[in-house]
Amino acid sequence: MILSDRRPAAPTDRPAGVAAGNAGRSGWLLVLVAALVATCVLSIAVGTRNIGLATVWDAFAHVADSDDHAIVRELRVPRTVLGLLAGAALGVSGAVIQAVTRNPLADTQILGMNAGAALFVVFAIGVLGLTSIWSYVWFAFAGVAFATVLVYTLGSIGRGEATPLRLTLAGVALGAVMEGVSAAIRLLKPRAFDYLRFWDVGTLGGRPLPIAEAVAPFILAGLVLAFAAARSLNAVALGDDLARSLGAGVTRTRVLSVVSVALLTGAATAAVGPIGFIGLMVPHAVRRIVGPDQRWILAYTVICAPILLLGADVAGRVLIRPAELQAGIVTAFLGAPVLIWLIRRRAVTSP
Amino acid sequence: MSGVDFGHRVVILRRSRASVRFGARTALVCAVLGLAAAAMAVLGLGTGEFEVPPGEVIQALAGQGSGATRLVVVEWRLPRVLLALLIGAALGLSGAVFQSLLRNPLGSPDVIGFNTGAYTGVLVTMVLVGRGYYETAAGALIGGLAAALVVYLLAYKQGVQGFRLIIVGIAISAVLASVNQWFVIKVDLRLAVAAAIWGQGSLNTVKWEHVPPVAAAVVLLAGCLLALGPRLSLLAMGEEAAAALGVRTERARLLYLVVGVALTAVATAAAGPVAFVALAAPQLARLLTRTAGIALAPSAAMGALLLTASDWLGQRAFAPTQLPVGVVTVSLGGLYFAWLLTRPMRKASS
Repeated sequence: MILSDRRPAAPTDRPAGVAAGNAGRSGWLLVLVAALVATCVLSIAVGTRNIGLATVWDAFAHVADSDDHAIVRELRVPRTVLGLLAGAALGVSGAVIQAVTRNPLADTQILGMNAGAALFVVFAIGVLGLTSIWSYVWFAFAGVAFATVLVYTLGSIGRGEATPLRLTLAGVALGAVMEGVSAAIRLLKPRAFDYLRFWDVGTLGGRPLPIAEAVAPFILAGLVLAFAAARSLNAVALGDDLARSLGAGVTRTRVLSVVSVALLTGAATAAVGPIGFIGLMVPHAVRRIVGPDQRWILAYTVICAPILLLGADVAGRVLIRPAELQAGIVTAFLGAPVLIWLIRRRAVTSP
Repeated sequence: MSGVDFGHRVVILRRSRASVRFGARTALVCAVLGLAAAAMAVLGLGTGEFEVPPGEVIQALAGQGSGATRLVVVEWRLPRVLLALLIGAALGLSGAVFQSLLRNPLGSPDVIGFNTGAYTGVLVTMVLVGRGYYETAAGALIGGLAAALVVYLLAYKQGVQGFRLIIVGIAISAVLASVNQWFVIKVDLRLAVAAAIWGQGSLNTVKWEHVPPVAAAVVLLAGCLLALGPRLSLLAMGEEAAAALGVRTERARLLYLVVGVALTAVATAAAGPVAFVALAAPQLARLLTRTAGIALAPSAAMGALLLTASDWLGQRAFAPTQLPVGVVTVSLGGLYFAWLLTRPMRKASS
């Protein structure tokens, strides 16, 4: 985008970003990995019923038939695994969308994906009358796939190529249509409205382990595709013409990225609901730490996004104990202050 | 006509103290959109439970015709149609202002958190005070303006720079959206549905008494935009370029932000946050006028047309169930947008 700071950044040897050089970036990455491990441990130990670390260890090492062990293995671990997977998926899909559309405002909402998922879930609940969690999962996934195919097709017809602007506008247009239709169904069917106001929020709770297992392959495939596209995304960030002259396959990169985003968003939205803020916020925050290199952005996002999602989930369990706040609600409260603090610090790097 | 040939016809009107310069195609598009909006308004005035042919509608508007027709057309239906025109124009203008200012086709008043804040205000009002028209409007105004102010202040650091404003807006909007979601799952279903209907934007409850304040505000704010002259399109060229051409960028940006927010505030207070008009109208108008930047007048005309047509459809499509107009604006506007995108675009300079 052409949104640049008024004053050019003070000339320095290091690239834009807080962490200087690859050594600095690797060091910070290790610190973040440690933070992620700590968050996972917290997520397993903390909750309505706090469980000591020794007991957590026993639950894996010396399996016994106690309540605490059952909670750890059947509730807390699936929840943590789901948080790790969904967090990474949401964060990386946001980073890739922002890179491929070259727009810092872009997120899964912009490409119409959340609207597609919502439309299909609304249809499943409001028209077909399904209410089991498994119908949410596959309908949400199908909705994202449907929306992606539609948006990409619409973005590519006409002058024959899906430029970032056309993709964005196509996403906005089709997303709006799908949102309008699902809003109409919701308002005409109060029962669907009642179910959906809870689905909309997004939560890690109440999902059995098979759901995480079902979406894991899609998320892993999406992550692999995203990392494979990272190098050429760096070239595409310079503009299509320059990227071509640098030898990057622009169309191929775009298709790869969109497929990866669809897999990641589809799987994550299916599993935990439309949690939007992570994909929007984490890449921005990360970009201000590591600079504009997509490879580093993706590596940091994979670590930071689950920290935010799991951290929000843990905070949601603690804040109004014994009740719980949904992770989708807490995420913004944790993430927004960090993002504002980062954006006020220094000159801007846009994707 | 003189000077550089830009490849399209330009008309310049000069008076002793002021001059106006506009493209011939832009003027034509404005005229066509304006006529279409007027035709849509007449259609909206004539259809419903009590059908009135277009000829009689115009007679009734002129103060003739039977008493019953005048009652239906002027007393019952005219305020709604007028508000649809006014609010549509206001939303089109505010969208044009924000997209030029932020230099981003996704720029809209939502960006600085206005609509999310207004929704929060309305939810709080509905829970604590009541669900009347004026209570809701006041709640929306207070919530929206407070959110916009917080975003502006948090983004302020030796001036407000577009990108920082966007990011801070995203962050604050996300926080407010979480608050809204929490409200929506905590309150009882009937209140949640009422809030959701308001949140879609609806003209179902408007009366004559709501028209004059909205009309006065929209005319005043449009006058402000006229008085600010061509600074908006200069700002859209970029900060340095605008400053080099003599625009005091910081001050101009603040003025435009205030006017843009005020336009949204008027529309939201009157009809709720009608989605998509502010986002789509400027882009649609630009596709039709084939100008390089975003122009104010065609955006306003397009907004008015979009909202009038949507409101008519929302009333008639599932009659007697009345859909909130916002549900229709997103569907209809989105489809039209999609159709425009599929058409081969001609290069701007042909």
